[in-house]
Amino acid sequence: MFTQYIFHFLSVMALFSAVMVLASKKPIHSVLFLTMTFFAIAGHYVLLNAQFLAVVHVIVYAGAIMVLFLFTVMLLNLNKDERSPKPLWVNIMAFIAGGMLMLTLIGIFRGYDIQSLQDPMSTQIGLVKNLGKILYHDYLIPFELSSVLFLTAMVGAVLLGKKEQI
Amino acid sequence: MITQIIYKALLASFILVLSLVVAMYSTLIERKVAGWFQDRHGPNRAGPWGLLQPLADGLKLFFKEEFMPASADKFLYILGPSLTMFVALLTSAAIPWGPDIVINGVVYPMQVADVNIGILYVFAILSIGVYGIMIGGWASNNKYALLGAVRASSQMISYELAMSLSIITIVMMSGSLSMREIVAQQHGFHWNILYQPLGFLIFLVCAFAETNRAPFDLPECETELVGGYHTEYSSMKLGFYLFAEYINMFISGAVMATLFLGGYHFPGIDKLGLSPNVFAFVSFMVLFTKITFFGFIYMWIRWTLPRFRYDQLMKLGWKSLIPLAILNVVITGVVILLNQ
Repeated sequence: MFTQYIFHFLSVMALFSAVMVLASKKPIHSVLFLTMTFFAIAGHYVLLNAQFLAVVHVIVYAGAIMVLFLFTVMLLNLNKDERSPKPLWVNIMAFIAGGMLMLTLIGIFRGYDIQSLQDPMSTQIGLVKNLGKILYHDYLIPFELSSVLFLTAMVGAVLLGKKEQI
Repeated sequence: MITQIIYKALLASFILVLSLVVAMYSTLIERKVAGWFQDRHGPNRAGPWGLLQPLADGLKLFFKEEFMPASADKFLYILGPSLTMFVALLTSAAIPWGPDIVINGVVYPMQVADVNIGILYVFAILSIGVYGIMIGGWASNNKYALLGAVRASSQMISYELAMSLSIITIVMMSGSLSMREIVAQQHGFHWNILYQPLGFLIFLVCAFAETNRAPFDLPECETELVGGYHTEYSSMKLGFYLFAEYINMFISGAVMATLFLGGYHFPGIDKLGLSPNVFAFVSFMVLFTKITFFGFIYMWIRWTLPRFRYDQLMKLGWKSLIPLAILNVVITGVVILLNQ
């Protein structure tokens, strides 16, 4: 019962801040609302008994990526929305494209039977011990490959950041 | 169940009050230590040995004029210091403050939340700690404050990496992410600092950078940035920023004592033969002594070393500490593998 209240609170918070990301006038406010959305989602992970995922979500998204976003927005000093207003047809096209995506998503989730999901409290899959075992036993090669991918991205970023020609 | 909840609430409020009182008196001790290092008396007018000085300072801050720049973002300007204070007080929940105490045969742990990922929780709080400074610095709409905020964020992100890498070795050795478990494995004198001296050194240096203390206090570097990120703040909002720094010192000292100096353990812990509650109190005092020791180190270094230059700071973090921390991880891995 209590978890249900928390679930409703977190859902409202996530949806509200997600809408406010788009609706705020200042880019800084958008970034901060996006951070709030991430916190709400981390709360959902805790409710699903996936504490490890929740904490890693906070560390990676709220702690690293959003700080870099904030950093960039501050450095560029995007105080006001200085973009030129878009022509009407661009807005209409964007509305149609976004609406079609939304229809597709509604179509997908209407078919789902939510009741068939396993109880997260009984699977314990989100706890760090079980997650680590699965990652390093069953999915070792994909896991290592994805870490190589991250390394490649890092090396690429350093290469782009270098001033002199290589 | 109900008594457990009441107990947890009491413990949490006790730790809250403790952090605040310690932070309050750290300001006095800091000035006393500064006086000692500079061959003068330090504050000694308010009360005996200046003991009432923190109260006088707090009172003064409360009664100062509240000033807000006309072009400031009002909501974010207030959110900045509140967030800094809030985040500074969050970490203490995961720290085990002592062994279990027993009242009427019921065991009560001296830890507010024994999450099985305690270390990661501490790091999550650490990584969101920068928001308060960034928001405050940006909302002031002042170039010095903005520069201070930008410096703080890049400094904290850079040193977070080396810090987490130095913690990985602890996790590898203990095989657990729970703070309680890590402390339990350092029973007696099996302190992690004896097995991980390099890791401890890296963590200590990073802790200075994360708490924005000298010699890494570039976000509030007076010679270049007036007052850094809190240039435009006055009254108790400024007080919150300054106060949060001392709370961070206290909490980071507690984290370091827990991870590296055996938490509440001390040599000869098994030979005392005290009743559980007295024993818990003694252990808590031992942990407190260790934290005080770290507090003194913070002050000692602040009044000894000059401030780093910004490029030196970045060079130290990225080109010395991170490679050293990675080397430490590799060495620890090899040793663990050979000992299996």
